[in-house]
Order: sequence, then structure tokens, then C-alpha cells
Amino acid sequence: MIPVADQRALEVGERQAVRENQLAGFLRALSAVVWKDLSAELRSRELLSAMVVFALLVILVFNFALDLDPATRRQSNITSGVLWVIFTFAGTLGLNRSMAVEKDRGCIDGLLLAPVDRSAIYFGKVLANLIFMLVVEAIVLPVYSLLYNVNLFQAGLLLVTLLGSIGYVAVGTLLATMAVHARTRDVLLPILLFPVVLPVVLSAVKGSTGFLDGLPLNEIRPWLNLLGAYDIIFLAVAFMVFDYVVEE
Amino acid sequence: MEAKPRLLTVLDYITAALFLIAVGLVFLYAPLEAVMGNVQRVFYFHVAAGWVGMLSFLVAAIAGVAYLLRGNRKWDTVGLSAVEIGIVFAFINIVTGSIWARPIWNTWWTWDPRLTTATVMELIYIAYLMLRQGIEDPDRRARFGAVYAIVGFLSVPLTFYSARLFRTIHPVVIGTNDPNAQGQFNMTPKMLQTFMFSLLTFTFIFADLLWHRIRVGRLSEKVEQVRLKTLQ
Repeated sequence: MIPVADQRALEVGERQAVRENQLAGFLRALSAVVWKDLSAELRSRELLSAMVVFALLVILVFNFALDLDPATRRQSNITSGVLWVIFTFAGTLGLNRSMAVEKDRGCIDGLLLAPVDRSAIYFGKVLANLIFMLVVEAIVLPVYSLLYNVNLFQAGLLLVTLLGSIGYVAVGTLLATMAVHARTRDVLLPILLFPVVLPVVLSAVKGSTGFLDGLPLNEIRPWLNLLGAYDIIFLAVAFMVFDYVVEE
Repeated sequence: MEAKPRLLTVLDYITAALFLIAVGLVFLYAPLEAVMGNVQRVFYFHVAAGWVGMLSFLVAAIAGVAYLLRGNRKWDTVGLSAVEIGIVFAFINIVTGSIWARPIWNTWWTWDPRLTTATVMELIYIAYLMLRQGIEDPDRRARFGAVYAIVGFLSVPLTFYSARLFRTIHPVVIGTNDPNAQGQFNMTPKMLQTFMFSLLTFTFIFADLLWHRIRVGRLSEKVEQVRLKTLQ
């Protein structure tokens, strides 16, 4: 007979091991989903090329649509605004394609059959979509800097872009999973997404403008806080709700 | 077919009476505002309609959570009804606000925080309906509606807060007084009474309409079931 104290220690140890196993399984599933998306993309490159070309074309359109003199065009609020319009629309493109592929090829059914927590699938998709969006931003920022002679490589601006992209992709992945089931799938995602993601766009633009203008950090802090709060809230909500969205 | 409940008929009459009294209060009892004149009277129904719009959103979000947790389709009907009513009253809010704005701010519209948030809320409502329209499976439609109602509801305070970090020209009637706000006024007791009564009236209107709409929803579901049975 094992003494009671040792028995309890064993149980605690077992529970610890089970929890660690679950976490390891979760992370494995998550990285598997990310790796699947990344390697599929590396082979075909259709998503990234579409997003990048689209983004560059939007820069071109803005050049003529907002036909401003060079001094006005380099104002921080115009720069931030144009950048975030580009990211918003290119992001929609990426999200749509990413989830449409899952549904059309039946990948989502395969993923759901796997004995993993559904949230691992959600976070895997979010991470993959985030990586795509960051790659596009990594290309657009230098191109824009060159074309308009403005230095966009400031730590603050990059931080704002990252936080904004996280929020955008967190909600976007959830809504894209729903939109893909509708007949009007391509048009429906922007209709669903844009009203909900406005705090992100607004805060990202104001934050970027603040950093480009060189404002003191405590003036920009509210925008960063808002972005952080939005990211956390919506990652949590999507995590809780994703099960209901994908169940058959 | 279900008979119309007695209580609903009573509610109809009470609501109609409250509304007539409210109109009377607004035009006869409430004093004339010193600076803005008679156009200020729009305020009583403008804010009440806005209140109903936000209340509808809350009800839709709660119904969404209830549906996801219980799976009972009646919560879906409640959510849909709340959104439909919300669309109408949010629109009334925006239009009456515009009518008020034109003489006071000399513009029909301005992109200040509250107006922006009101527009965003209206767009989320419309997106909700468009989402439902695109999905054919009723269970999936209910689930997606529930999820979007929750996500939309959570985003609105964030939208408002993010826009409120700016200075606004919209009057802050309840809350801190911003001296830069144009059209600011402090409410006298008579105004406050009329205002509270309008809020009460519109809450009754909301409850009445919601009950009616839920009934219509339930009845139409029954019709659908009977139709499917007959076709078989």
C-alpha cells in the first residue's frame, strides 16, 4: 500500500503530465496547421503574389486618386491612411482565399476529423494568415518608402502595424470561416469585417501618424492600449466561439 | 394557430397611450430651449431611439449567447427580431440627429465619434441580415447569426471609445461637459422629466414590437413546417 501522501503526490504528478501532454498536443496541431499553409503557399505562391500585386496596384491607384503635391502627400496622416487602406483590402483578399481553399478542397473536414482541440485549428489559421499579411506589409512598406521618399522603418510604426495586423487577422479568420459558407462569399467578408475591425484601423492609423510625427510616447499610448485590448478581447472571443462556427 | 395573448393586446394599448402622452409632453410640457429653439425638441425622441437601438443590440447579443449555449431555436428568433427592430430605430436615431444637426451645426453630417459609432452599429446590423440571407441551412444560419451578433456587440464599445479619444462637437448631455461641444445645454427639471418619460415610452415600444416580431417569427416557422409536411 502506497502511503497517502505519496499517492497524492503521484496524482498531482499525473495531472501535471496530462496537462503538459495536452499543451504539447495543442502546439503540435497548431504548428502542423501553420506548416501546412506555409508549405502550400511556398509551392504555389498564388496567395502572396495576388496580395502583393494587389497592394502595389492600390498604391498606384492612390497616386492618381489623391493627386496631391509631394509635400502634402508626405504628411503623416495621409501616409498612415493610405497604408492602412492597402493593408485592409489586401488582407481581405488573403483571408478570403485562405479559407475558401480550405472549404473547397475539403481540408477543413480533414482538420475537424483530427483528434485535436478545435481552437488549435483556429490559432493555426490565425498565425498562418498573420504571416501572410506580415509578408505583404514587409514588401509594401519599403516600396512605399521608396516611392514617396518617407522613412517608414521606425520601431513604433512597425509595432503598430504588427498589433493592428494581429487584431485584423484574429477577427478576419473567424468571419472568413463563416463567410465562406454563403453564396456571396467574396463580397460578404468585407461587409462583415470592416464595421467590426474599425477600432483597429482607426487606432493603427492614429498610432502610425503619431509615430511618424514624432509625438511623445504617452500621447500615443492610448492607441497602443486600444490595439492591445482589441487583440486580446477578440482572440479570446474567437477562441471561445470557433467551435460553434465549424461544427457540422 | 396561436391566439394573440391578452397581455400583448394590453401592452399594445399601454404603449400607444404612453406614446401619445410623450408627444404631448415633448410639444406642450417641455420648455423652449434658450439657444436652439424648437428644433431641440427632436432630442427627446432622438436619444430614446438611440437607446432602443443599443438595447436591441444587447438583446441580440444575449440571445446569441443563449442560442450557442442551449441550441434552442427560439433564441435565434429573438436575436433576429431584436436586430430588425434595432435597424429601424438606429436609422431613426441617425435621421433625427441629422435633422437636429442641420440648423445647429450647419451641416447634415459630421464624422464625430458618436455619429461614427451609430453608423457602424447600423452597418453591423445590416451585415448581420446579409450574413443570414446567404446561408441556407437554418441551424448554421442561427449559429452564424449568434456569433456575429456577439462579435459585433463587443466591437461597438471599442469603436466608440477609440473615436472618443478625439475631442468631439457632439453634445455630451450625460457625462463630463466639454466646453468645445456646440449645441451643449443643461437640462432643466421639466426637460429631464420629458426625457425620462420618452426613454420609458420607447422602451415600451421596443418590448411591444419585439414581442410581436417574435410571435411572427414563431408563426412563420410553423407555417414552414406545415408546408414541408404537406409537400411530403
